[in-house]
Amino acid sequence: MGSYFDGSQSDPFRPFGGEDGGSGRMRGAGVPGSGPAAGFMDRQGSSFADFLASYSPDLLPGRMAPSSGVPAGDAGGQVLRDLPHATTIVAATCEHGVVLAGDRRATSGSMIAKRDVDKVFRSDEYSAIGYSGTGSMGMDVIRAFQVELEHYEKMEGRSLSLEGKANRLAWMVRGNLAAAMQGFIVVPLFVGYDEDVDRGRIFSYDPLGGPYEEHRFYSIGSGSVFARGSLKKLFSDDMPARDAVLACVQALYDAADDDSATGGPDLTRRIFPVIATVTADGYRRLSEAESEDYAEQVVQGRMSAPDGPQAPLRNAG
Amino acid sequence: MPFYVSPEQSMRDKADYARKGIARGRSCVALKYAGGILMVAPNPSRALHKISEIYDRIAFAAVGRYNEYENLRKAGVTYADITGYQYDRVDVTARGIANWYAQALGTIFTESNKPFEVEIVVAEIGRQSSDDQIYRITFDGSVSDEPGFVAFGGQADQVSTALKERYRDGLSLAEAFGAALAALAAPSNGEQRPDVVAAQLEVAVLDRARDHRTFRRIRAARLEELIGEVRAADQKAAEAAKAAEEAEAAEAAQTPAEPESADSGPSVGPDAAGTDRGSGLDDGGDTPSSPL
Repeated sequence: MGSYFDGSQSDPFRPFGGEDGGSGRMRGAGVPGSGPAAGFMDRQGSSFADFLASYSPDLLPGRMAPSSGVPAGDAGGQVLRDLPHATTIVAATCEHGVVLAGDRRATSGSMIAKRDVDKVFRSDEYSAIGYSGTGSMGMDVIRAFQVELEHYEKMEGRSLSLEGKANRLAWMVRGNLAAAMQGFIVVPLFVGYDEDVDRGRIFSYDPLGGPYEEHRFYSIGSGSVFARGSLKKLFSDDMPARDAVLACVQALYDAADDDSATGGPDLTRRIFPVIATVTADGYRRLSEAESEDYAEQVVQGRMSAPDGPQAPLRNAG
Repeated sequence: MPFYVSPEQSMRDKADYARKGIARGRSCVALKYAGGILMVAPNPSRALHKISEIYDRIAFAAVGRYNEYENLRKAGVTYADITGYQYDRVDVTARGIANWYAQALGTIFTESNKPFEVEIVVAEIGRQSSDDQIYRITFDGSVSDEPGFVAFGGQADQVSTALKERYRDGLSLAEAFGAALAALAAPSNGEQRPDVVAAQLEVAVLDRARDHRTFRRIRAARLEELIGEVRAADQKAAEAAKAAEEAEAAEAAQTPAEPESADSGPSVGPDAAGTDRGSGLDDGGDTPSSPL
């Protein structure tokens, strides 16, 4: 009986089994030459995105951007302006967790392209992700990221650490750079519950990657400037989750108040911000009814105080 | 190596080799229950798994050589994730994965010097019990669609026969688990029955009640609980059987005596009511039965 593996070990990253030099009979334990599916055997590493890069790079987000660049002249700029953009995401740490909330509007130039966009997603059981920038590109990056995390967990039998997840996301944002430079920007905001320290944590990114850890609270998108100013006055450390949610909804309202690309709560159509909490119990997206409840509280308050709750001018004591 | 080996001989040798390798290990079972699909395998290792998740509603179980089926498992997960990513999550099916495994194993069997000594089961739950599927793929790439339950690896025939006796549609999880344990113990039936210990088992389910990812391992406290339920159920069944026998004996004692044939079995009479009839199910008296 010969050896189990002859000399021609298949290259794990080659889509087809290793070339056999013509003998046709002696092969390694990869699946030799049986079509594109052969590349799945003998996987090295557990990264889905890495695998895609070798198996089918076209599937990676950001790779489908036209390589010859956007048409020159204003026609190109117009294409970009007409792509739906997504707009304000806020994150705030709370007692034993973190809140992530996003508005629902996507604009295309001066028009509202969509009123009920979901920009906040569960990336895995103990983390969540929101994005700002180009809608479709953002969806791609998020989808790829979700599969990346799940794939790693299934392959390795354990989840990545929170920092590991944040780093992988940075890599994927970096991979979108070519598209970003043509205007298809995607900037995510990543939050998660870290069981080692029993705290929620926030990570931000720039178009080139990151991650940057943010403490307490953060916001991204066209309305982030206003949202951050609002949270500055409303936030306090270790707020109970329901207070942190209320603060986030106030911040989104303020962002919508001053940024046309951010949508406020739509009471007639009952479209409210997407709000998610990530705690030791995992990711939970608040129900429509719960979001409505918070939004109505905020709106009622604004009926008498349109600029929102007034922060004390001097610190107590 | 001889210059020429006849293809029939070569194939037969490979098949024998693979079969022997698979038969050397322990059996594994997969069966439907009301809430999904249950998979049980004897496995003392906590780190090396025979049963794993492939996708939202799809699980993988294997016997044979670990590094070979682990390789296949990872390839299956990759295939599933690629398909779900390219299309949609609902487009990933056990059938597609089973076909992929059939192709891979068939090619390995034919073209490789050494076949994979593995047998694989891919299971999927549907919206309802009638949509559940269990596929078995053997070392040479043959796929079969198994209705309801399957036993594979080790002394598969004996385990399968034992499982068939106990399987029926709509079992509860505890009943299904009891059936699986009894079937797995079948090859050593009559001799020393291995004591069932949670640490020696790998148990997992595809649970229809769960959202999104339905695969769930049952271990530690939950597994102890389940084993306890099975023991209790078995003891109840044993006591019921004993009571039924005693009632039968009492009834027989009251009917007018009939001519007995020479080989009429244990004598019936007033004193027979309380004796241990030796049904083989329990030790009699108060000791808990050791059903497994």
